[in-house]
Amino acid sequence: MLSYLLKRLAIGLVTLFVASLVVFAVLEVVPGDPARLMLGMGASEDAIAALRDQMGLNQPLALRYLSWAGHMLIGDFGRSYTYGVPVRELIAERIAVSLPLAVMALLLSMAVAIPVGLFSAARRGRASDMAVMGVTQLGVAIPNFWFALLLVYVFAVTLRLVPAGGFPGWSAGPGPAFQALILPALALALPQAAILARVTRSALIETLSEDYIRTARAKGLTRSAVLYRHALRNAMIPVLTILGLQFAFLLAGTIIIENVFYLPGLGRLVFQAITQRDLIVVEGLVMLLVATIILVNLVVDLLYAAVDPRLRSPR
Amino acid sequence: MIFRTSSISAPKFALVALAALFLSCMSAAATRSDLTLGMVLEPSHLDPTAGAAAAIDEIVYANIFEGLTRIGPNGETEPALAASWEISTDQRSYVFHLHKGVKFHDGTAFDAGDVKFSLDRARAADSTNAQKGLFAAIDQVEVIDPATVKVTLKYPSGDFLYNMGWGDAVIVAPESAAANKEKPVGTGPFKFRNWAKGSQIVLVGNPDYWGEKPALDKATFRFIPDPAAATAALLAGDVQAFPSFPAPEAVPQFQADPRFQVVIGTTEGETILAENNARPPFDNPKVREAIAHAIDRKAVIDGAMFGFGTPIGSFFPPHHPAYVDLTGERKYDPELARKLLAEAGFPKGFRTTLKLPPPTYARRGGEIVAAQLRAVGIEAQIIPVEWAQWLDQVFKGRDYDLTIVSHTEPNDLDIFARDDYYFNYHNPAFKALIAQIAATTDDEKRNALYRRAQQILSDDAPVAFLMQFPKLGIWDAKLQGLWKNYPIQANDLTAAKWAD
Repeated sequence: MLSYLLKRLAIGLVTLFVASLVVFAVLEVVPGDPARLMLGMGASEDAIAALRDQMGLNQPLALRYLSWAGHMLIGDFGRSYTYGVPVRELIAERIAVSLPLAVMALLLSMAVAIPVGLFSAARRGRASDMAVMGVTQLGVAIPNFWFALLLVYVFAVTLRLVPAGGFPGWSAGPGPAFQALILPALALALPQAAILARVTRSALIETLSEDYIRTARAKGLTRSAVLYRHALRNAMIPVLTILGLQFAFLLAGTIIIENVFYLPGLGRLVFQAITQRDLIVVEGLVMLLVATIILVNLVVDLLYAAVDPRLRSPR
Repeated sequence: MIFRTSSISAPKFALVALAALFLSCMSAAATRSDLTLGMVLEPSHLDPTAGAAAAIDEIVYANIFEGLTRIGPNGETEPALAASWEISTDQRSYVFHLHKGVKFHDGTAFDAGDVKFSLDRARAADSTNAQKGLFAAIDQVEVIDPATVKVTLKYPSGDFLYNMGWGDAVIVAPESAAANKEKPVGTGPFKFRNWAKGSQIVLVGNPDYWGEKPALDKATFRFIPDPAAATAALLAGDVQAFPSFPAPEAVPQFQADPRFQVVIGTTEGETILAENNARPPFDNPKVREAIAHAIDRKAVIDGAMFGFGTPIGSFFPPHHPAYVDLTGERKYDPELARKLLAEAGFPKGFRTTLKLPPPTYARRGGEIVAAQLRAVGIEAQIIPVEWAQWLDQVFKGRDYDLTIVSHTEPNDLDIFARDDYYFNYHNPAFKALIAQIAATTDDEKRNALYRRAQQILSDDAPVAFLMQFPKLGIWDAKLQGLWKNYPIQANDLTAAKWAD
């Protein structure tokens, strides 16, 4: 178990190092001068040169990589070109929105998807299963930004129950903050729940056709005892895989939903930083996301071992 | 309905009436004094003396920072921190008399030393001021006494007082200037409170303001980049004003809604189809004339801006007193355009490229312009580019054939007289005229020269002039005192108030 963990960790660190090289190299060849972008069309050449100097853009590339990577090792992500504040602070502010939102969406999606998957698998092939699967098909097909606009129109514009968007900050208290996050969490959760329900159902159905299930039934266990005690646990591996992927997506890939609700989350920070050529922010963020995904994969691997004892024993 | 009203008993009715009266008294007593405004772009920092982004000035100009002079709602130059001034007869020295008892938001006193500091800082060699040209005429700045400052110019400049009213020329204090990006400290009627990055910036009223105090005591600028989200935010009441609304397609919906007022104004944004005058075939005047006649401005405005925007025939804002309507000179005439192309040696037209930056007016407008050019035989391949790429390739590198962009700076006719500008347009007569305008201080004479300059640009057709960009203002029907036009990058809230 320990060697398994160490091997995984080592792979993660190598991935992180390679990612840092690639990220730095790619961003350096992207056209567009951040200094010129900040000063705009009216700026004189010497003002731009002065700003490039201030931003340290005139130093050699290798030196800049070493200084950037070295500082990152001690947790210093540098200072944003455009905002002029430490990148770490910027990211921390955004995580305070993105992380709770991702967790809320994931919990909502699990709360809907797993019961639906169980329900459908238990009634495989019957009309109720067909109906439920039809609905999940719809859930997969509906673009989440469209669903988000619909939610805004109904709950914010017409009923005025919640704000149409924005985030008041956690300093405004948990009530208003959760109010601001509930619609985006719903919009994010719907397609995820639909996918997860379908995966849960097919994983369960596959497990239910295994020999040991027939054995369990033959022993005289009830249908539901077999489903919950034996099948569900064994069907968790594909479900966990999907959950891991979904969590990574929910944390970083929610730019469209963040735009619809103008939430100050990580996705919008990435987008903004790219269009403004705030390279140091992009670099820091991408590294953080790579690290997060490596970590999530590690956690998922550990969970595999937790649900499936066969993965625990040394081979 | 009639039956229902009559079924309300008399005492019940009296109670309802009393309650209604009470409620209306309550609301009269508590007139709102806070305002949340929507903006599309978030500024990257809040120092107007170190960045060109309009979003900076749209928050801080006239609210947090003030200059010696200021630009008013219709583009006029008004006194601000300088209460009055005297100009020498040779037009080369200006003596400014400053307001007394003015304090910066951090409590430090404002005096002539701050003026000297600010102007010298902006024109220094290592300055990162995006509009250094505004200060080019200044020779030296002298402190006469704490309330008097003398500025000597290298040459007479008709624009000097106007230039001192720009956001890039505001007065900052040596004690706080370095931190203005994060925590702006000015002399204005509003103080900076806080900034939740990616979300909003909050300003509060300045109780120690030297001038007339504003009616609002809190102003929140909220950043909403998505047009659909902007519409929803207004409808849900999350923001009560969107001074530069990004979605022309949604404007009719607000015009039909009595809860809102829609105020369509003009901006300083001359929107043009720029042509690279140094690159064949655009070095041929006949080709440029042909392009000017190939463009149907109305179709561009209808298609790209849903009908909002004013057609222009030269590079000058229609709200300016010296404006001449030259849209009749180069009329939409595809027949003539084809004839001119044939005369230029392109009877079958030619192939070229059209680089389009991200804003909707450019991308949508570009599709329409490309179709209009195709109709006279010019096959323009559309190349979408990002802003950073546009600035590098088109603006700096001058590597382009055609592009569409809005020139939003006020008083920017002189860009056609710049040698190293991306149009690559060179006309010695026009350059001489611009130099003459800069040195002329008499308004009447200046305006006559402006008219001549507009005519030259229409005749030479260095670029095709499309439209003056509109300002689509949407705000609550009860809100008063916001600017209709956009003569300078600003959301001046000093006169904003809620009607009772």
